[in-house]
Amino acid sequence: MTTGAKQRAAVLGVGQTRHRSRRTDVSIAGLCREAVDRALADALGAVGKPLLRVHTAGSVGGATGLVATSLVQAGVHRRVLAVAFEKQSESNAMWALSITPPFSMPVLAGAGGYFAPHIRAYIRRSGAPGHIGAMVAVKDRRNGSRNPYAHLQQADITLESVLASPMLWDPVRYDETCPSSDGACAVIIGDQAAAEAAQAGGRPVAWIRATAMRTEPTMFAGKDHVNPRAGADAAAALWRQAGITDPLEQIDVAEIYVPFSWFEPMWLENLGFAAEGQGWRLTEAGETEIGGRLPVNPSGGVLSSNPIGASGLLRFAEAALQVMGKAGAHQVPGAAVALGHAYGGGSQYFSMWVVAATPE
Amino acid sequence: MTDVAVIGFAQAPTVRHGEGTTSGVEMLVPIFAEVLRSTGLAKGDVGFWCSGSSDYLAGRAFSFVQAVDAIGAFPPIMESHVEMDGAWALYEAWVKILTGEADVALAYGFGKSSAGQLRRVLALQLDPYLLAPLWPDSVSIAALQARLGIEAGAWTEAQMAEVAVRSRAAAVANPRAQLSGEVSAEKLLGQPYVADPLRAHDCAPVGDGAAAVILASAPRARELCPRPAWITGFEHRIDSASLGARDLTTAPSAAAAALAAGVRGRAGREEGPPAGGRGGSGSGGPGVDVAELHAPFTHQEILLRGALGLGDDVRVNPSGGALCGNPMFAAGLARIGSAAQEIMSGRADRALGHATSGPALQQNLVCVLEAR
Amino acid sequence: MEIGFDYTRSLGPTLGRFMAALAGRRILGARAADGRVHAPPFEYDPVTSDPPAELVPVGTEGTVTSWSWAPQPLEGQPLAHPFAWALIRLDGADTAMLHAVDAGSAGAMRTGMRVRVRWASRTAGDIRDIACFEPCGAPEPPARADPANAAGPPEPVTMMAAPVRLHYEHTASATESTFLRGLAAGRLLAQRCPACGKVYIPPRGACPTDGVPTAGQVELPDHGIVTTFCVVNVDYPGQRVAAPYVAAAVLLDGADIPFQHLILGCDPGEVRMGLQVQAVWKPREEWGTTMENIDHFRPTGEPDAPYESYAHHL
Repeated sequence: MTTGAKQRAAVLGVGQTRHRSRRTDVSIAGLCREAVDRALADALGAVGKPLLRVHTAGSVGGATGLVATSLVQAGVHRRVLAVAFEKQSESNAMWALSITPPFSMPVLAGAGGYFAPHIRAYIRRSGAPGHIGAMVAVKDRRNGSRNPYAHLQQADITLESVLASPMLWDPVRYDETCPSSDGACAVIIGDQAAAEAAQAGGRPVAWIRATAMRTEPTMFAGKDHVNPRAGADAAAALWRQAGITDPLEQIDVAEIYVPFSWFEPMWLENLGFAAEGQGWRLTEAGETEIGGRLPVNPSGGVLSSNPIGASGLLRFAEAALQVMGKAGAHQVPGAAVALGHAYGGGSQYFSMWVVAATPE
Repeated sequence: MTDVAVIGFAQAPTVRHGEGTTSGVEMLVPIFAEVLRSTGLAKGDVGFWCSGSSDYLAGRAFSFVQAVDAIGAFPPIMESHVEMDGAWALYEAWVKILTGEADVALAYGFGKSSAGQLRRVLALQLDPYLLAPLWPDSVSIAALQARLGIEAGAWTEAQMAEVAVRSRAAAVANPRAQLSGEVSAEKLLGQPYVADPLRAHDCAPVGDGAAAVILASAPRARELCPRPAWITGFEHRIDSASLGARDLTTAPSAAAAALAAGVRGRAGREEGPPAGGRGGSGSGGPGVDVAELHAPFTHQEILLRGALGLGDDVRVNPSGGALCGNPMFAAGLARIGSAAQEIMSGRADRALGHATSGPALQQNLVCVLEAR
Repeated sequence: MEIGFDYTRSLGPTLGRFMAALAGRRILGARAADGRVHAPPFEYDPVTSDPPAELVPVGTEGTVTSWSWAPQPLEGQPLAHPFAWALIRLDGADTAMLHAVDAGSAGAMRTGMRVRVRWASRTAGDIRDIACFEPCGAPEPPARADPANAAGPPEPVTMMAAPVRLHYEHTASATESTFLRGLAAGRLLAQRCPACGKVYIPPRGACPTDGVPTAGQVELPDHGIVTTFCVVNVDYPGQRVAAPYVAAAVLLDGADIPFQHLILGCDPGEVRMGLQVQAVWKPREEWGTTMENIDHFRPTGEPDAPYESYAHHL
């Protein structure tokens, strides 16, 4: 038998819940069902019986999307449903992420406490002015107010109000931090035949042009926590697979995993949209607003909704919605090629995809 | 579809109290070295890594992350993880090779059950509203299933003891097993119940361990292994989580997975083995010479034999199976590895590896392997 | 190591009504599309995946369809003395419920026996409102006049508490043990990776870049620098150090990787990247096998280390 070529795959449908701090109206199953029903309504397809439970920390939503894509690309299944969820209100994320392994010093203060020192290092390394993080927060929260699913709806947020908000883990402020949300996201991925049938029926799809995932250890001597090699390697592989040589020019919109606002400039550099140390300039110039050269997180991003298990898939799904033309009030006009990105753990798992309105 | 084969398998000795930490690193470093050495590969040759483990077993969030240290993941690697037995990580790795994104993949699983109280940890996989608050332990749930089968005439306590006797005797030849030895069914049946109707010998021992399996696509597999175990079927299915709503004396998901994987399966409970044994012509393809079944309880082996349509002529669990060593999240992967080993060693031409997940055989995976 | 949390779970409409009925000492089942009644109810029909069209009352007595004996109950289980787990098909239901039967002895258990609910003395709207089941032959408890039953159908319950307590015994590996015993003697013992040569403290079962255990012994001074840090201003559950505190990455002289520790002895606002620090140990009699033997690091007053000297550790 000969080696089969990788088959084409496309997003046929997307669904998500109204993300809120507490969804007390539903059980865990109900939360997932809401997202799944919306995805199914958005696409053709039936639910399958094989079930895989992916867990790659915060990037898990992205990894789930990629595993689902692989199943179609491998020709194993014709249609796959990927579901990701988090019902954070039932527990406490800071508690869960601060459980110190035995024998070590218990200073770890959740995800914020983990990343804040690396954000400090970015600011030092790049020389970025201090208000960049606040600019990102304002942009993402205002974008969130155009997205009915977003948890935080803050149309009136201002730079001044963000800069005045309390420092949680200096240098990260309260308003520069993601919320803790209950939410779910579901995506239906189909093969070429299913995608063409959908298009023939007048339903747009998002063709998956490229996927990439990379891992590096959380901590090792000489690790670059600010510009992790795994993220850069994943992006390089992604652009190569997608035939993209100038991401800033060729990508119309990006949904990037930014849980703390300073990660926008950091990831812009890590992904190759800007040279090292220069990502903050794109933000400062307003290029990452809807209407700029590279709108980033028009959905409001993780800063507006963070049901951790779902957040990665939400980025992938929102990228798909953009090229399907279904992003409603937060649609980037004419978006034809989009990036979805997720990372997890101590900046060690990176997963990403490029989707487009056409197969190539 | 691309041809993919198992070309290597290694497992850590399964022990009651391992000396390592819950990160699994101490168990994984030596078996990675062993399995890479056996195939002549370096870690850089592995295009995709995938692991199976559980944070709940380890008692900390991101416990699987530290295990990645055992790989030496720099320069960065392509890697993923499932919060399931490593058998499902192997499945994900197989899919990755089918996409053409990798030629060689390594799947691993590990679990340090000695760190916590396994029976309680597993209660957390149950329905969070109706069952988990009662903390039903895994042994008691298996015991309910055992009694249902005994009273329906599907198996007897004596037959269950025979499974234990046969498994332990077979495990004498397996240096990695935790339990092995010659013992009589009479002696075992004389022991008290631990969870009526289950006795100690009916339950897998609690222990720590790890396993690793290497897959390769066709040209590489032929270069690296004199007798690869080619995967001709790889399927998994899941049944309802509601224990009171399904017939626990059957495993429809196991039968469905087997059928889809090209092995005769049977969804219902019927009397006797299927006609024809190994060379038989029942629907779903020819039989297998040997099967490694992930059955942590003796009655489950009998149940699975029936569900998978395995005749009396099929050798079951020459490794001793989970009853002789059950490292959580590695035991299913080790069944597939052991089945592959039967082929790679020339002892079999067609083998089946099975893995299970969830209470009372809720979720089942079947991997069919062949020599060429 | 104890890990515990009181989860609070929302139930949604179907389970909410089921739990509300339990609080009123009644049990509801769901009728599936095929006509079978499931008790407890399903949230989504196993065949059609629709939510139940209706919830119907089922009996508080039923028949045991299988059982097993639990001679040594585990923490959290319904009874503290030996009991039976059982699958119980309540009258009017077609499926079974898993619960406990307080039968007294295994000899009293039989498939096919009749059992009835023993309600908790105080119901809260969760599955434990059924304290357990008991054989129907057991003496009836005194009749209770319950005002809750007199009213109409109660409001669906929204939330349930789900306390989870797990106990773990962490084992230190051989490498960790040497390191921890060193700490107990006031020494900082690092190791080197034989492949890349980097000095790791704490030592590792596997060097993260090479996958081989670190080895040997490299004793390090308890002096180093802060590479980067943050000031923690928040309070959070499980916290052990009071906010505000400086959580820093401390790179000991001679180490190739920093570790997390606390900076005290100056205002948090005075901590800088490159700050030279010295360990402040707890009194010797308080030492154990833990990094906490060092209470904190304090600034030494020496000039900050130049950025270039630690930039590659960021």
